[in-house]
Amino acid sequence: MARTYLDFERPLAALDARIETLARGGDTAEQRRTEAERRRLARRVAAGLTAWQRVQLARHVDRPQTLEYVEGFCDDFFELHGDRAFRDDPAVVAGVGKTPQGPLVIVGHQRGHGTRDRVRRSFGMASPEGYRKAVRAFELAERLGMPVVTFVDTQGAYPGVGAEERGLAESIARSLQTMATLRVPIVTVVIGEGGSGGALALGLADRVLMQEYACYSVISPEGAAGILYHNQGRKDVARAAEALRLTAQDLLRAALVDELVPEPMGGAHRRPARAIAKVSERVRWHLHDLAGQRVRDLLGKRHARYREIGAHTT
Amino acid sequence: MKESDTEAPSVCAGCKATLTRRERERRLFVCPRCGHHDRIGANTRLTQLLDPDSFRELDAKVRSRDVLEFPDTPSYGARLAAAETATGHSEAVVTGLGAIGGTAVAIGVFDFRFMGGSMGSAVGERLARVIDRARTKRLPLVLVTASGGARMQEGMYSLMQMAKLAGVLGRLREAGVPYVSVMTDPTTGGVAASVALLGDVNLAEPGALVGFAGPRVIATTPGEELPADFQRSEFLFAHGMIDQVVERRHLRSTLTRVLTMLRGPRAQSARRR
Ligand SMILES: [Zn+2]
Repeated sequence: MARTYLDFERPLAALDARIETLARGGDTAEQRRTEAERRRLARRVAAGLTAWQRVQLARHVDRPQTLEYVEGFCDDFFELHGDRAFRDDPAVVAGVGKTPQGPLVIVGHQRGHGTRDRVRRSFGMASPEGYRKAVRAFELAERLGMPVVTFVDTQGAYPGVGAEERGLAESIARSLQTMATLRVPIVTVVIGEGGSGGALALGLADRVLMQEYACYSVISPEGAAGILYHNQGRKDVARAAEALRLTAQDLLRAALVDELVPEPMGGAHRRPARAIAKVSERVRWHLHDLAGQRVRDLLGKRHARYREIGAHTT
Repeated sequence: MKESDTEAPSVCAGCKATLTRRERERRLFVCPRCGHHDRIGANTRLTQLLDPDSFRELDAKVRSRDVLEFPDTPSYGARLAAAETATGHSEAVVTGLGAIGGTAVAIGVFDFRFMGGSMGSAVGERLARVIDRARTKRLPLVLVTASGGARMQEGMYSLMQMAKLAGVLGRLREAGVPYVSVMTDPTTGGVAASVALLGDVNLAEPGALVGFAGPRVIATTPGEELPADFQRSEFLFAHGMIDQVVERRHLRSTLTRVLTMLRGPRAQSARRR
Protein backbone atom coordinates (compact mmCIF):
# COMPACT_ATOMS: atom_id res chain seq x y z
CA MET A 1 0.00 0.00 0.00
CA ALA A 2 1.27 3.47 -0.84
CA ARG A 3 1.81 5.37 2.36
CA THR A 4 1.72 9.07 2.96
CA TYR A 5 4.45 10.57 5.16
CA LEU A 6 4.22 13.97 6.80
CA ASP A 7 7.39 16.09 7.00
CA PHE A 8 8.26 14.99 10.50
CA GLU A 9 7.55 11.35 9.60
CA ARG A 10 10.13 11.39 6.76
CA PRO A 11 12.96 9.77 8.71
CA LEU A 12 10.67 6.76 9.21
CA ALA A 13 9.96 6.44 5.50
CA ALA A 14 13.51 5.34 4.66
CA LEU A 15 13.48 2.69 7.38
CA ASP A 16 10.03 1.44 6.33
CA ALA A 17 11.28 1.01 2.75
CA ARG A 18 14.36 -0.82 3.99
CA ILE A 19 12.29 -3.14 6.21
CA GLU A 20 10.10 -4.02 3.23
CA THR A 21 13.12 -4.82 1.06
CA LEU A 22 14.66 -6.95 3.81
CA ALA A 23 11.39 -8.80 4.35
CA ARG A 24 11.26 -9.69 0.65
CA GLY A 25 14.92 -10.76 0.71
CA GLY A 26 14.41 -12.97 3.75
CA ASP A 27 17.26 -11.43 5.80
CA THR A 28 15.48 -11.85 9.14
CA ALA A 29 18.33 -10.84 11.44
CA GLU A 30 18.94 -7.59 9.59
CA GLN A 31 15.19 -7.02 9.37
CA ARG A 32 14.80 -7.38 13.15
CA ARG A 33 17.65 -4.97 13.72
CA THR A 34 16.12 -2.39 11.37
CA GLU A 35 12.70 -2.79 12.95
CA ALA A 36 14.18 -2.12 16.38
CA GLU A 37 15.88 0.95 15.00
CA ARG A 38 12.54 2.07 13.53
CA ARG A 39 10.79 1.64 16.88
CA ARG A 40 13.42 3.76 18.61
CA LEU A 41 13.13 6.48 16.01
CA ALA A 42 9.33 6.38 16.04
CA ARG A 43 9.37 6.77 19.81
CA ARG A 44 11.68 9.77 19.51
CA VAL A 45 9.44 11.35 16.88
CA ALA A 46 6.33 10.69 18.99
CA ALA A 47 7.87 12.14 22.15
CA GLY A 48 8.82 15.37 20.43
CA LEU A 49 5.54 16.01 18.64
CA THR A 50 4.25 19.57 18.82
CA ALA A 51 0.54 20.39 19.02
CA TRP A 52 0.54 21.34 15.34
CA GLN A 53 2.20 18.07 14.35
CA ARG A 54 -0.48 16.25 16.33
CA VAL A 55 -3.16 18.13 14.39
CA GLN A 56 -1.51 16.96 11.17
CA LEU A 57 -1.52 13.37 12.43
CA ALA A 58 -5.20 13.73 13.37
CA ARG A 59 -5.90 14.83 9.80
CA HIS A 60 -3.69 12.18 8.20
CA VAL A 61 -5.28 10.85 4.99
CA ASP A 62 -4.34 7.25 5.84
CA ARG A 63 -5.97 7.35 9.28
CA PRO A 64 -8.80 4.85 9.75
CA GLN A 65 -12.24 6.43 9.55
CA THR A 66 -15.71 5.69 10.87
CA LEU A 67 -16.51 2.95 8.34
CA GLU A 68 -13.30 1.08 9.17
CA TYR A 69 -14.06 1.21 12.88
CA VAL A 70 -17.58 0.04 12.08
CA GLU A 71 -16.18 -2.91 10.15
CA GLY A 72 -13.89 -3.81 13.00
CA PHE A 73 -16.59 -3.43 15.62
CA CYS A 74 -19.62 -5.04 13.98
CA ASP A 75 -20.40 -8.41 12.42
CA ASP A 76 -22.87 -6.68 10.17
CA PHE A 77 -23.76 -3.06 9.54
CA PHE A 78 -26.95 -1.86 7.91
CA GLU A 79 -26.41 1.69 6.71
CA LEU A 80 -29.24 4.22 6.80
CA HIS A 81 -29.33 6.97 4.20
CA GLY A 82 -31.11 10.27 4.00
CA ASP A 83 -32.74 12.77 6.33
CA ARG A 84 -36.24 12.05 4.95
CA ALA A 85 -36.55 15.71 4.02
CA PHE A 86 -33.98 16.75 1.44
CA ARG A 87 -31.15 14.31 0.63
CA ASP A 88 -28.51 11.95 1.94
CA ASP A 89 -25.35 13.57 3.26
CA PRO A 90 -22.39 11.24 2.66
CA ALA A 91 -20.26 13.28 5.12
CA VAL A 92 -22.10 11.47 7.91
CA VAL A 93 -22.48 7.70 8.15
CA ALA A 94 -25.35 6.28 10.22
CA GLY A 95 -26.70 2.80 10.66
CA VAL A 96 -27.47 -0.20 12.81
CA GLY A 97 -24.65 -2.52 13.74
CA LYS A 98 -24.77 -6.13 14.87
CA THR A 99 -22.27 -7.14 17.55
CA PRO A 100 -21.89 -10.22 19.77
CA GLN A 101 -23.11 -8.00 22.62
CA GLY A 102 -26.25 -6.99 20.73
CA PRO A 103 -27.38 -4.43 18.20
CA LEU A 104 -26.48 -0.77 18.43
CA VAL A 105 -26.68 2.44 16.43
CA ILE A 106 -23.49 3.95 15.03
CA VAL A 107 -23.11 7.47 13.67
CA GLY A 108 -19.93 9.19 12.56
CA HIS A 109 -18.26 11.63 10.22
CA GLN A 110 -16.67 10.04 7.16
CA ARG A 111 -13.94 12.07 5.45
CA GLY A 112 -13.51 9.58 2.66
CA HIS A 113 -10.55 7.83 1.03
CA GLY A 114 -9.20 8.90 -2.36
CA THR A 115 -10.05 12.10 -4.19
CA ARG A 116 -13.44 11.10 -5.60
CA ASP A 117 -14.76 9.68 -2.36
CA ARG A 118 -13.46 12.63 -0.36
CA VAL A 119 -15.07 15.17 -2.67
CA ARG A 120 -18.35 13.23 -2.61
CA ARG A 121 -18.26 13.29 1.19
CA SER A 122 -17.28 16.99 1.38
CA PHE A 123 -14.16 15.82 3.26
CA GLY A 124 -16.35 14.88 6.21
CA MET A 125 -17.84 18.35 6.59
CA ALA A 126 -21.50 17.72 7.34
CA SER A 127 -24.49 19.64 6.04
CA PRO A 128 -27.81 19.96 7.91
CA GLU A 129 -28.98 16.73 6.27
CA GLY A 130 -26.09 14.89 7.90
CA TYR A 131 -27.05 16.05 11.37
CA ARG A 132 -30.73 15.38 10.69
CA LYS A 133 -29.89 11.85 9.54
CA ALA A 134 -27.95 11.48 12.80
CA VAL A 135 -30.98 12.64 14.82
CA ARG A 136 -33.10 10.13 12.94
CA ALA A 137 -30.69 7.36 13.93
CA PHE A 138 -30.47 8.56 17.57
CA GLU A 139 -34.26 8.52 17.88
CA LEU A 140 -34.43 5.05 16.37
CA ALA A 141 -31.90 3.85 18.95
CA GLU A 142 -33.98 5.37 21.73
CA ARG A 143 -37.20 3.77 20.51
CA LEU A 144 -35.63 0.35 20.24
CA GLY A 145 -33.51 0.67 23.38
CA MET A 146 -30.17 0.31 21.59
CA PRO A 147 -27.01 2.09 22.74
CA VAL A 148 -25.36 4.66 20.49
CA VAL A 149 -21.71 4.92 19.47
CA THR A 150 -20.51 7.98 17.57
CA PHE A 151 -17.19 8.72 15.88
CA VAL A 152 -16.03 12.32 15.56
CA ASP A 153 -13.72 13.09 12.65
CA THR A 154 -14.26 16.43 10.93
CA GLN A 155 -12.61 19.79 10.42
CA GLY A 156 -16.07 21.33 10.95
CA ALA A 157 -19.54 21.63 9.49
CA TYR A 158 -19.81 22.45 5.80
CA PRO A 159 -19.72 26.25 5.37
CA GLY A 160 -21.76 26.40 2.17
CA VAL A 161 -24.62 28.54 0.89
CA GLY A 162 -27.01 25.59 0.69
CA ALA A 163 -26.07 24.37 4.16
CA GLU A 164 -26.87 27.80 5.62
CA GLU A 165 -30.05 28.00 3.58
CA ARG A 166 -31.26 24.72 5.04
CA GLY A 167 -30.49 25.70 8.63
CA LEU A 168 -27.04 24.43 9.58
CA ALA A 169 -27.10 26.14 12.98
CA GLU A 170 -30.52 24.71 13.81
CA SER A 171 -29.50 21.21 12.74
CA ILE A 172 -26.44 21.27 15.01
CA ALA A 173 -28.42 22.63 17.95
CA ARG A 174 -31.14 20.00 17.41
CA SER A 175 -28.61 17.18 17.31
CA LEU A 176 -27.03 18.42 20.56
CA GLN A 177 -30.40 18.66 22.28
CA THR A 178 -31.41 15.20 21.06
CA MET A 179 -28.19 13.67 22.40
CA ALA A 180 -28.52 15.55 25.69
CA THR A 181 -31.90 13.99 26.42
CA LEU A 182 -31.59 10.61 24.63
CA ARG A 183 -32.74 7.79 26.93
CA VAL A 184 -30.05 5.26 25.90
CA PRO A 185 -26.28 5.15 26.58
CA ILE A 186 -24.01 7.13 24.25
CA VAL A 187 -20.26 6.58 23.80
CA THR A 188 -18.26 8.94 21.58
CA VAL A 189 -14.76 8.43 20.24
CA VAL A 190 -12.84 11.32 18.72
CA ILE A 191 -10.82 9.47 16.07
CA GLY A 192 -9.30 12.36 14.15
CA GLU A 193 -9.88 16.08 14.13
CA GLY A 194 -12.69 17.43 16.30
CA GLY A 195 -13.43 20.73 14.59
CA SER A 196 -15.70 22.98 16.69
CA GLY A 197 -19.51 22.84 16.62
CA GLY A 198 -19.71 20.53 13.63
CA ALA A 199 -17.75 17.93 15.62
CA LEU A 200 -19.48 18.44 18.96
CA ALA A 201 -22.85 18.01 17.23
CA LEU A 202 -22.15 14.26 17.17
CA GLY A 203 -20.16 14.19 20.39
CA LEU A 204 -22.43 14.80 23.37
CA ALA A 205 -22.19 11.53 25.27
CA ASP A 206 -22.04 9.66 28.57
CA ARG A 207 -18.42 8.79 27.83
CA VAL A 208 -16.13 10.71 25.50
CA LEU A 209 -12.95 8.90 24.49
CA MET A 210 -10.15 10.39 22.47
CA GLN A 211 -7.48 8.63 20.53
CA GLU A 212 -3.93 9.52 21.48
CA TYR A 213 -3.23 11.62 18.37
CA ALA A 214 -6.73 13.02 17.90
CA CYS A 215 -7.37 16.69 18.57
CA TYR A 216 -10.43 18.70 19.49
CA SER A 217 -10.72 22.46 19.25
CA VAL A 218 -13.11 25.38 19.45
CA ILE A 219 -11.56 26.80 16.27
CA SER A 220 -9.03 25.46 13.76
CA PRO A 221 -5.40 26.46 14.34
CA GLU A 222 -5.53 28.19 10.94
CA GLY A 223 -8.60 30.18 11.97
CA ALA A 224 -7.11 31.11 15.32
CA ALA A 225 -3.83 32.19 13.72
CA GLY A 226 -5.79 34.43 11.38
CA ILE A 227 -7.45 36.15 14.32
CA LEU A 228 -4.47 36.20 16.69
CA TYR A 229 -1.65 37.03 14.34
CA HIS A 230 -3.50 38.14 11.19
CA ASN A 231 -1.49 35.45 9.56
CA GLN A 232 -1.77 31.84 8.52
CA GLY A 233 1.93 31.14 7.98
CA ARG A 234 3.28 27.83 9.29
CA LYS A 235 4.87 29.30 12.40
CA ASP A 236 1.78 31.23 13.43
CA VAL A 237 -0.51 28.27 12.87
CA ALA A 238 1.81 26.15 15.01
CA ARG A 239 1.75 28.80 17.77
CA ALA A 240 -2.04 28.96 17.62
CA ALA A 241 -2.31 25.16 17.83
CA GLU A 242 -0.22 25.26 21.00
CA ALA A 243 -2.34 28.04 22.52
CA LEU A 244 -5.67 26.31 21.93
CA ARG A 245 -4.79 23.29 24.12
CA LEU A 246 -6.35 20.92 21.66
CA THR A 247 -4.41 17.69 22.10
CA ALA A 248 -5.92 14.59 23.68
CA GLN A 249 -3.51 15.02 26.60
CA ASP A 250 -4.65 18.62 27.12
CA LEU A 251 -8.31 17.64 27.11
CA LEU A 252 -7.81 14.72 29.45
CA ARG A 253 -5.93 16.96 31.87
CA ALA A 254 -8.82 19.45 31.77
CA ALA A 255 -11.26 16.55 32.34
CA LEU A 256 -13.14 17.54 29.18
CA VAL A 257 -12.80 13.97 27.89
CA ASP A 258 -12.91 10.78 29.94
CA GLU A 259 -10.22 8.59 28.46
CA LEU A 260 -7.29 8.62 26.12
CA VAL A 261 -7.14 5.56 23.84
CA PRO A 262 -3.50 4.67 23.05
CA GLU A 263 -2.52 4.38 19.41
CA PRO A 264 0.15 2.19 17.80
CA MET A 265 3.57 3.81 17.63
CA GLY A 266 3.52 6.53 15.00
CA GLY A 267 -0.26 6.75 14.93
CA ALA A 268 -3.39 4.78 13.99
CA HIS A 269 -2.57 5.04 10.28
CA ARG A 270 0.64 2.99 10.73
CA ARG A 271 -1.13 -0.05 12.24
CA PRO A 272 -4.85 0.45 11.50
CA ALA A 273 -5.91 -3.05 12.60
CA ARG A 274 -4.32 -2.56 16.00
CA ALA A 275 -5.83 0.90 16.42
CA ILE A 276 -9.27 -0.41 15.51
CA ALA A 277 -8.98 -3.35 17.91
CA LYS A 278 -7.98 -1.05 20.77
CA VAL A 279 -10.84 1.39 20.15
CA SER A 280 -13.32 -1.50 19.83
CA GLU A 281 -12.14 -2.94 23.12
CA ARG A 282 -12.54 0.37 24.99
CA VAL A 283 -15.93 1.15 23.45
CA ARG A 284 -17.15 -2.33 24.40
CA TRP A 285 -15.93 -1.82 27.94
CA HIS A 286 -17.77 1.48 28.30
CA LEU A 287 -20.96 0.15 26.73
CA HIS A 288 -20.88 -2.73 29.18
CA ASP A 289 -20.26 -0.36 32.05
CA LEU A 290 -23.22 1.83 31.05
CA ALA A 291 -25.57 -1.03 30.22
CA GLY A 292 -26.76 -1.74 33.74
CA GLN A 293 -27.67 1.85 34.60
CA ARG A 294 -31.23 3.00 35.06
CA VAL A 295 -32.31 5.60 32.50
CA ARG A 296 -32.88 8.15 35.23
CA ASP A 297 -29.35 7.79 36.57
CA LEU A 298 -27.86 7.73 33.10
CA LEU A 299 -29.55 10.99 32.12
CA GLY A 300 -28.80 12.58 35.49
CA LYS A 301 -25.09 11.82 35.18
CA ARG A 302 -24.94 12.91 31.55
CA HIS A 303 -26.61 16.19 32.46
CA ALA A 304 -24.27 16.78 35.41
CA ARG A 305 -21.22 15.93 33.30
CA TYR A 306 -21.86 18.90 31.01
CA ARG A 307 -23.59 21.16 33.52
CA GLU A 308 -20.38 21.27 35.56
CA ILE A 309 -18.04 22.20 32.71
CA GLY A 310 -16.74 25.73 33.01
CA ALA A 311 -13.78 27.79 34.09
CA HIS A 312 -15.74 30.62 35.67
CA THR A 313 -15.79 32.19 39.14
CA THR A 314 -18.54 31.44 41.74
CA MET B 1 -22.56 54.71 26.64
CA LYS B 2 -22.18 58.23 27.89
CA GLU B 3 -25.28 60.35 28.11
CA SER B 4 -23.46 63.69 28.03
CA ASP B 5 -23.12 63.87 24.25
CA THR B 6 -26.81 63.50 23.39
CA GLU B 7 -26.54 66.34 20.86
CA ALA B 8 -23.49 64.84 19.17
CA PRO B 9 -24.26 63.86 15.57
CA SER B 10 -23.85 60.29 14.43
CA VAL B 11 -24.10 58.73 10.99
CA CYS B 12 -26.48 55.88 10.07
CA ALA B 13 -24.58 52.75 9.02
CA GLY B 14 -27.35 51.99 6.53
CA CYS B 15 -27.95 55.26 4.63
CA LYS B 16 -25.38 57.72 6.07
CA ALA B 17 -28.13 60.03 7.39
CA THR B 18 -27.00 62.20 10.31
CA LEU B 19 -28.99 62.20 13.52
CA THR B 20 -28.24 63.32 17.04
CA ARG B 21 -27.86 60.71 19.71
CA ARG B 22 -31.02 62.00 21.40
CA GLU B 23 -33.04 61.47 18.22
CA ARG B 24 -31.57 58.02 17.72
CA GLU B 25 -32.42 57.04 21.26
CA ARG B 26 -35.98 58.33 20.87
CA ARG B 27 -36.33 56.10 17.81
CA LEU B 28 -34.90 53.06 19.65
CA PHE B 29 -31.71 53.33 17.57
CA VAL B 30 -33.53 52.57 14.33
CA CYS B 31 -32.92 54.93 11.41
CA PRO B 32 -36.11 56.84 10.48
CA ARG B 33 -34.98 57.08 6.87
CA CYS B 34 -33.84 53.57 5.97
CA GLY B 35 -35.01 51.48 8.92
CA HIS B 36 -31.50 50.25 9.75
CA HIS B 37 -31.45 48.65 13.18
CA ASP B 38 -28.30 49.65 15.06
CA ARG B 39 -26.73 47.23 17.50
CA ILE B 40 -27.65 48.19 21.04
CA GLY B 41 -26.18 47.27 24.40
CA ALA B 42 -27.82 45.03 26.99
CA ASN B 43 -28.99 47.88 29.23
CA THR B 44 -30.66 49.73 26.37
CA ARG B 45 -32.32 46.48 25.26
CA LEU B 46 -33.58 45.67 28.74
CA THR B 47 -34.96 49.20 29.11
CA GLN B 48 -36.76 48.90 25.78
CA LEU B 49 -38.29 45.49 26.50
CA LEU B 50 -39.02 45.21 30.20
CA ASP B 51 -41.68 46.84 32.35
CA PRO B 52 -40.12 49.80 34.21
CA ASP B 53 -38.20 48.81 37.35
CA SER B 54 -39.07 45.13 36.94
CA PHE B 55 -35.53 43.86 36.26
CA ARG B 56 -33.50 42.06 38.88
CA GLU B 57 -30.10 40.98 37.61
CA LEU B 58 -28.80 37.56 38.67
CA ASP B 59 -25.34 35.99 38.71
CA ALA B 60 -23.41 39.16 37.85
CA LYS B 61 -20.59 37.67 39.92
CA VAL B 62 -20.17 34.76 37.52
CA ARG B 63 -17.10 35.84 35.56
CA SER B 64 -14.59 34.35 33.19
CA ARG B 65 -10.94 33.80 33.91
CA ASP B 66 -7.92 33.22 31.73
CA VAL B 67 -7.92 29.47 32.31
CA LEU B 68 -5.61 28.67 29.37
CA GLU B 69 -3.29 31.64 30.01
CA PHE B 70 -4.06 32.41 26.42
CA PRO B 71 -1.22 34.13 24.56
CA ASP B 72 -3.30 36.98 23.18
CA THR B 73 -2.28 40.64 22.87
CA PRO B 74 -3.77 42.40 24.70
CA SER B 75 -4.13 39.57 27.17
CA TYR B 76 -7.51 37.94 27.75
CA GLY B 77 -7.63 39.47 31.23
CA ALA B 78 -7.01 42.93 29.77
CA ARG B 79 -9.70 42.35 27.15
CA LEU B 80 -12.22 41.38 29.82
CA ALA B 81 -11.37 44.49 31.84
CA ALA B 82 -11.66 46.76 28.80
CA ALA B 83 -15.01 45.21 27.83
CA GLU B 84 -16.31 45.74 31.33
CA THR B 85 -15.30 49.40 31.24
CA ALA B 86 -16.91 49.87 27.83
CA THR B 87 -20.20 48.17 28.63
CA GLY B 88 -20.67 48.42 32.38
CA HIS B 89 -21.31 44.67 32.41
CA SER B 90 -19.03 41.99 33.80
CA GLU B 91 -19.74 39.54 30.95
CA ALA B 92 -21.21 39.36 27.44
CA VAL B 93 -24.65 38.34 28.65
CA VAL B 94 -26.85 39.95 31.31
CA THR B 95 -29.38 37.63 32.91
CA GLY B 96 -32.15 38.03 35.42
CA LEU B 97 -35.85 38.15 36.19
CA GLY B 98 -38.26 40.80 34.95
CA ALA B 99 -41.66 41.39 33.43
CA ILE B 100 -42.80 42.11 29.88
CA GLY B 101 -46.27 43.62 29.58
CA GLY B 102 -47.16 42.18 32.97
CA THR B 103 -45.86 38.66 32.32
CA ALA B 104 -43.02 37.61 34.60
CA VAL B 105 -40.11 36.22 32.60
CA ALA B 106 -36.60 34.85 32.98
CA ILE B 107 -34.46 36.80 30.54
CA GLY B 108 -30.96 36.86 29.11
CA VAL B 109 -29.65 39.63 26.85
CA PHE B 110 -26.31 39.58 25.04
CA ASP B 111 -24.13 42.65 24.67
CA PHE B 112 -22.18 42.44 21.42
CA ARG B 113 -19.80 45.17 22.57
CA PHE B 114 -18.44 42.76 25.18
CA MET B 115 -15.86 40.81 23.14
CA GLY B 116 -18.29 40.35 20.29
CA GLY B 117 -20.88 38.75 22.55
CA SER B 118 -18.68 35.66 22.58
CA MET B 119 -19.61 32.70 24.76
CA GLY B 120 -17.08 31.45 27.25
CA SER B 121 -17.63 29.65 30.54
CA ALA B 122 -19.25 32.60 32.32
CA VAL B 123 -21.74 33.30 29.51
CA GLY B 124 -22.61 29.59 29.36
CA GLU B 125 -23.02 29.38 33.13
CA ARG B 126 -25.14 32.52 33.40
CA LEU B 127 -27.40 31.26 30.63
CA ALA B 128 -27.62 27.79 32.18
CA ARG B 129 -28.61 29.31 35.51
CA VAL B 130 -31.28 31.58 34.08
CA ILE B 131 -32.69 28.69 32.03
CA ASP B 132 -32.77 26.51 35.16
CA ARG B 133 -34.46 29.40 36.97
CA ALA B 134 -37.09 29.58 34.23
CA ARG B 135 -37.73 25.86 34.65
CA THR B 136 -37.94 25.75 38.44
CA LYS B 137 -40.05 28.92 38.69
CA ARG B 138 -42.03 28.01 35.58
CA LEU B 139 -41.39 31.39 34.00
CA PRO B 140 -41.28 31.76 30.21
CA LEU B 141 -37.72 32.21 28.97
CA VAL B 142 -36.72 35.08 26.71
CA LEU B 143 -33.21 35.21 25.24
CA VAL B 144 -32.03 38.12 23.09
CA THR B 145 -28.88 37.02 21.27
CA ALA B 146 -26.05 39.03 19.68
CA SER B 147 -22.89 36.97 19.43
CA GLY B 148 -20.12 35.91 17.12
CA GLY B 149 -20.08 32.46 18.76
CA ALA B 150 -17.79 30.57 21.10
CA ARG B 151 -14.96 32.52 22.75
CA MET B 152 -11.58 31.42 21.41
CA GLN B 153 -9.65 32.50 24.51
CA GLU B 154 -11.17 29.71 26.63
CA GLY B 155 -10.67 27.01 24.02
CA MET B 156 -12.65 23.83 24.56
CA TYR B 157 -14.28 25.16 27.73
CA SER B 158 -16.14 27.55 25.42
CA LEU B 159 -17.18 24.89 22.93
CA MET B 160 -18.53 22.68 25.71
CA GLN B 161 -20.91 25.45 26.80
CA MET B 162 -22.96 24.51 23.73
CA ALA B 163 -23.39 21.00 25.13
CA LYS B 164 -24.21 22.39 28.56
CA LEU B 165 -26.93 24.64 27.14
CA ALA B 166 -28.37 21.86 24.99
CA GLY B 167 -28.87 19.94 28.22
CA VAL B 168 -30.54 22.69 30.26
CA LEU B 169 -32.72 23.72 27.30
CA GLY B 170 -33.71 20.08 26.87
CA ARG B 171 -34.89 19.99 30.46
CA LEU B 172 -36.80 23.24 30.04
CA ARG B 173 -38.50 21.74 27.03
CA GLU B 174 -39.42 18.55 28.90
CA ALA B 175 -40.82 20.66 31.74
CA GLY B 176 -43.18 22.37 29.30
CA VAL B 177 -41.94 25.91 29.88
CA PRO B 178 -42.00 28.09 26.76
CA TYR B 179 -38.92 29.76 25.30
CA VAL B 180 -38.99 32.76 22.98
CA SER B 181 -35.73 33.48 21.16
CA VAL B 182 -35.05 36.95 19.77
CA MET B 183 -32.13 37.04 17.35
CA THR B 184 -30.43 40.37 16.76
CA ASP B 185 -27.48 41.47 14.67
CA PRO B 186 -25.32 39.39 14.58
CA THR B 187 -26.08 35.88 15.88
CA THR B 188 -23.64 33.31 14.52
CA GLY B 189 -21.45 30.32 15.41
CA GLY B 190 -21.85 28.45 18.67
CA VAL B 191 -24.61 30.68 20.03
CA ALA B 192 -26.70 30.29 16.87
CA ALA B 193 -26.02 26.54 16.94
CA SER B 194 -27.00 26.01 20.58
CA VAL B 195 -29.62 28.33 22.07
CA ALA B 196 -30.66 30.89 19.46
CA LEU B 197 -32.44 28.70 16.93
CA LEU B 198 -34.07 26.37 19.47
CA GLY B 199 -36.85 28.73 20.56
CA ASP B 200 -40.42 27.49 20.65
CA VAL B 201 -40.93 30.81 18.94
CA ASN B 202 -38.04 32.30 16.97
CA LEU B 203 -38.14 36.04 16.35
CA ALA B 204 -35.52 38.25 14.72
CA GLU B 205 -34.98 41.94 14.11
CA PRO B 206 -34.96 43.10 10.47
CA GLY B 207 -31.66 42.76 8.66
CA ALA B 208 -29.94 40.85 11.46
CA LEU B 209 -27.10 38.55 10.39
CA VAL B 210 -28.01 35.05 11.55
CA GLY B 211 -26.15 31.89 10.55
CA PHE B 212 -23.60 29.30 11.57
CA ALA B 213 -20.54 30.07 9.47
CA GLY B 214 -19.25 33.62 9.41
CA PRO B 215 -19.88 35.29 6.03
CA ARG B 216 -16.14 35.40 5.29
CA VAL B 217 -15.67 31.64 5.44
CA ILE B 218 -18.67 30.68 3.29
CA ALA B 219 -17.43 28.48 0.47
CA THR B 220 -18.64 29.61 -2.92
CA THR B 221 -17.85 27.97 -6.19
CA PRO B 222 -16.33 30.28 -8.80
CA GLY B 223 -19.03 32.40 -10.42
CA GLU B 224 -21.54 31.61 -7.67
CA GLU B 225 -23.03 34.74 -6.14
CA LEU B 226 -24.45 34.92 -2.66
CA PRO B 227 -28.15 35.77 -2.45
CA ALA B 228 -28.60 39.49 -1.69
CA ASP B 229 -30.08 38.89 1.78
CA PHE B 230 -27.90 35.85 2.52
CA GLN B 231 -27.89 34.99 6.26
CA ARG B 232 -30.15 37.95 7.04
CA SER B 233 -33.29 37.46 9.12
CA GLU B 234 -35.54 37.85 6.05
CA PHE B 235 -33.55 35.05 4.37
CA LEU B 236 -33.98 32.79 7.41
CA PHE B 237 -37.66 33.66 7.54
CA ALA B 238 -38.06 32.70 3.89
CA HIS B 239 -36.30 29.38 4.59
CA GLY B 240 -38.44 28.49 7.57
CA MET B 241 -36.03 29.10 10.43
CA ILE B 242 -37.77 32.11 11.96
CA ASP B 243 -41.44 32.62 12.85
CA GLN B 244 -41.55 36.38 12.48
CA VAL B 245 -39.22 39.24 11.64
CA VAL B 246 -40.21 42.00 14.05
CA GLU B 247 -39.25 45.66 13.89
CA ARG B 248 -37.75 46.95 17.08
CA ARG B 249 -40.60 49.36 17.76
CA HIS B 250 -42.99 46.37 17.79
CA LEU B 251 -40.77 43.98 19.71
CA ARG B 252 -42.10 44.72 23.19
CA SER B 253 -45.74 44.52 22.12
CA THR B 254 -45.08 41.35 20.11
CA LEU B 255 -43.40 39.69 23.09
CA THR B 256 -46.23 40.83 25.36
CA ARG B 257 -48.76 39.23 23.04
CA VAL B 258 -46.97 35.96 22.46
CA LEU B 259 -46.04 35.52 26.13
CA THR B 260 -49.66 35.84 27.26
CA MET B 261 -50.66 33.30 24.61
CA LEU B 262 -47.95 30.70 25.31
CA ARG B 263 -49.72 29.46 28.40
CA GLY B 264 -50.90 25.92 28.00
CA PRO B 265 -53.08 24.21 30.60
CA ARG B 266 -49.86 22.83 32.12
CA ALA B 267 -48.50 26.29 32.83
CA GLN B 268 -51.85 27.43 34.23
CA SER B 269 -52.23 24.49 36.58
CA ALA B 270 -48.65 25.03 37.69
CA ARG B 271 -49.51 28.62 38.56
CA ARG B 272 -52.49 27.61 40.63
CA ARG B 273 -50.43 25.22 42.72
ZN1 LIG C 1 -30.42 54.99 7.69
